[in-house]
Amino acid sequence: MQHLFRLFVQRLALGLLTLFAVSLVIFLSIELLPGDVAQQVLGQSATPENLAAFRRELGLDQPAYTRYLSWFGGFLQGDLGHSLISGLPIKELIAERMYNTFFLAGFAALIAVPLAVVLGVVAALYRDTTLDKTINVVALTAISVPEFFVGYILVWLFAVELGLFPSIANLSEDASLGDRIYRTFLPAMTLTLIVTAHMMRMTRASLINLLALPYLEMARLKGASQRRLIVIHALPNAIAPIVTVIAINLAYLIVGVVIVEVVFVYPGMGQLLVDSVAKRDFTVVQTACLLFAATYILFNLASDLISIASNPRLLHRK
Amino acid sequence: MTKYTSNLSIGRRGFLAGSAAVLGLSNMPRRAAAATKGGTFRLAVSQGGTSDTLNPAEASGSQQIMVGWALRNNLTEIGSDNKLKPELAVSWSSDDAQTWVFKLRPGVTFHNGKSLGAEDAIASLNLHRGEDSTSGAKALLAGVSEITAEGTDTVKITLSAPNADFPFILSDYHFQIMPVGADGALDLSGTGTGGYTLESWKPGVKTVLQRNPDYWKDGAANFDRVELLLISDSGSATTALVTGEIDAVQSAEYKTLGLLGRDKNVEIESISGGFHPVFAMQSSQAPFSDKNVRLALKYGVDREALVKQVLRGHGTIANDHPIAPSMPYFDASLEQRAYDPDKAKFHLKEAGLDSLAVSLSVSDSLFAGAVDSVTLYREHAAPAGIDVQVAREPGDGYWSDVWMKKPFFTGSWGARPVPDMIFATAYSKGGDWNESQFSNDTFQQLMLAARSELDEAKRGQMYGDMQAILRDEGGSVIPFFRNFVFARRVDISHGEDVASNWALDGYKAIERWWKA
Repeated sequence: MQHLFRLFVQRLALGLLTLFAVSLVIFLSIELLPGDVAQQVLGQSATPENLAAFRRELGLDQPAYTRYLSWFGGFLQGDLGHSLISGLPIKELIAERMYNTFFLAGFAALIAVPLAVVLGVVAALYRDTTLDKTINVVALTAISVPEFFVGYILVWLFAVELGLFPSIANLSEDASLGDRIYRTFLPAMTLTLIVTAHMMRMTRASLINLLALPYLEMARLKGASQRRLIVIHALPNAIAPIVTVIAINLAYLIVGVVIVEVVFVYPGMGQLLVDSVAKRDFTVVQTACLLFAATYILFNLASDLISIASNPRLLHRK
Repeated sequence: MTKYTSNLSIGRRGFLAGSAAVLGLSNMPRRAAAATKGGTFRLAVSQGGTSDTLNPAEASGSQQIMVGWALRNNLTEIGSDNKLKPELAVSWSSDDAQTWVFKLRPGVTFHNGKSLGAEDAIASLNLHRGEDSTSGAKALLAGVSEITAEGTDTVKITLSAPNADFPFILSDYHFQIMPVGADGALDLSGTGTGGYTLESWKPGVKTVLQRNPDYWKDGAANFDRVELLLISDSGSATTALVTGEIDAVQSAEYKTLGLLGRDKNVEIESISGGFHPVFAMQSSQAPFSDKNVRLALKYGVDREALVKQVLRGHGTIANDHPIAPSMPYFDASLEQRAYDPDKAKFHLKEAGLDSLAVSLSVSDSLFAGAVDSVTLYREHAAPAGIDVQVAREPGDGYWSDVWMKKPFFTGSWGARPVPDMIFATAYSKGGDWNESQFSNDTFQQLMLAARSELDEAKRGQMYGDMQAILRDEGGSVIPFFRNFVFARRVDISHGEDVASNWALDGYKAIERWWKA
């Protein structure tokens, strides 16, 4: 256990270092993009005079390292700063969208993860039967189609033809949980279709790999049923690879859904990030990217810890 | 149902003192009788983003402009009939078109209870003036030398040179009037005199507006509640309109309009206006410095084909000058330039060239079908020995890195209510936005003279001459004027006229339309 705790602390420290590196990379990337905030906001109406005034007002006339250091100094003290353009505190700007993103990701994950694992087990259980092949074909088809297309198909079927669900999310601030689930149903379904295949295939493959091992042969010789063999004997040993792929997919549900957000007009982080990059709103981009990076780091860490905890040989290492 | 209205007959606004008072009387809108109050209006616009602010100095896309005009008023406005109307200024007058006196509407209060005074108008206009101003409209007020108050209800604006169209300039969406606070600072938070108050402002997502029960304008602001959504994906927007999630949508996707028009619950409107793209050459540089090269490029484009194929008929052909048939002083007697590869070839020869290869920069972010237009232009110009290479540029950073930077590029201009506003902005010698580096002394003299010319006939003649100069000398290929296209559910109504200065009834659908 102590070993696990030390690993946790170590990885957390490494994670912070990674975040620092990420913040530098993001800052430099935005500097490298053509144009700055002033030019992006003023667009066609930019003139040398109003550009100069804009830059003076935002401190863009300062050298790059000064601007980075002043942001970083604030960040260390827990001050995320303000949006360069709207002047709103970043916290205020991001809080609700972050909640929306986590809600949608959580909703999709609640359906997708159990579905994928169960389908994977079933597919392994009935390997090479029609059922196995059907599950594979359906899941692989869903993942092979671009996500916006999956979205449009669902909209056409459930919103236009059947009229069961709204075609755009259009969340109101005080929506009840039921209303929220109703309005995010189609985007959550789209995401489910996209991420299920990956996790399902991994579950199936890991289980089938294990089935060839001597200890499972032993169990089979002792007369254990195929079902008991897989669920009781094989599954606990397949946790590590399954958890790893689940972690990757959960992180994807949080950081990679901008296209689904656009199709369903869902106010999540993806759209905010795209808009902010387009306007070179450095402080917003920085915070959003760091949140995304932190999500990846934490999910990775969690999956590693679970993998170790599920493996007695690693957990009780000398 | 599909109904295409063309708003071609636009009268000329009355001139200077006296006529302004008449305008004041005719302020009663015709639609007032038919309008019904109440209901919620859910509107989807397509331009804007998460970082949009309520500061009118930064206003650009439809999200900012429409919300701004729901919350606030200008001193003057362009009505549904495309004529200049008094708004917060009840009348104005000038003896010499250089010193303008605007009388403010009495009894108007802001949402916060403050009554409208000269100090509010002055501070609101000064937001766009001075060295520290970051306003996108700074150049429009560059000719203003002084703004002073005369009493509490009169504003005197002195120009450095006469400009008979000055009241039109004040109808620009940047010049919204906001109150000054007790600390003397301008209130940019959304407080205005407009028909709606702000319930929530979430740029890029949804803005909710509540009707202002004390709105001064009669027959306006009919909906109780307005929800304005930003939907950037036109597929999602039209689907939401069809499924009844929204009531009206600012559309730009010409290709699917035919399909949308088949829906019985949806009405499509296509309003011809002055919105136009420009293929602009930097005419101070070779090869564009040669007038014959410019003419060859102008004869090399098949305008009819572009309107038919790119706009699917939702537009009118243009004549290489920015004055649309729907604008005042449009010279209908000026001969329309037609597609003529032989003439293009002839002018190329005159320039001493057998063939010409130019690269034309374009981005689809300018308008739907921009890249298609240039691709077709390439086909049109090929028989004349002109190779127009399509340089497809990213939309991100287009205005800062491509527009006015490349030798030959695509631009896009909105409609202006009067010729002077577009001439002064885009064709004036040495102007910040003179994209084609157009420099013509006769044109420049005519532009200045027309501003102070009080004789309507003479003024019309001058603007006609200027259109001819631009057509023949200018460095801009202007192929067509795009219609404003938008769609609404059939239970949303509007008056007889629909403004053609911007989409969605001059971006004022929120206060002008109603739910039947």
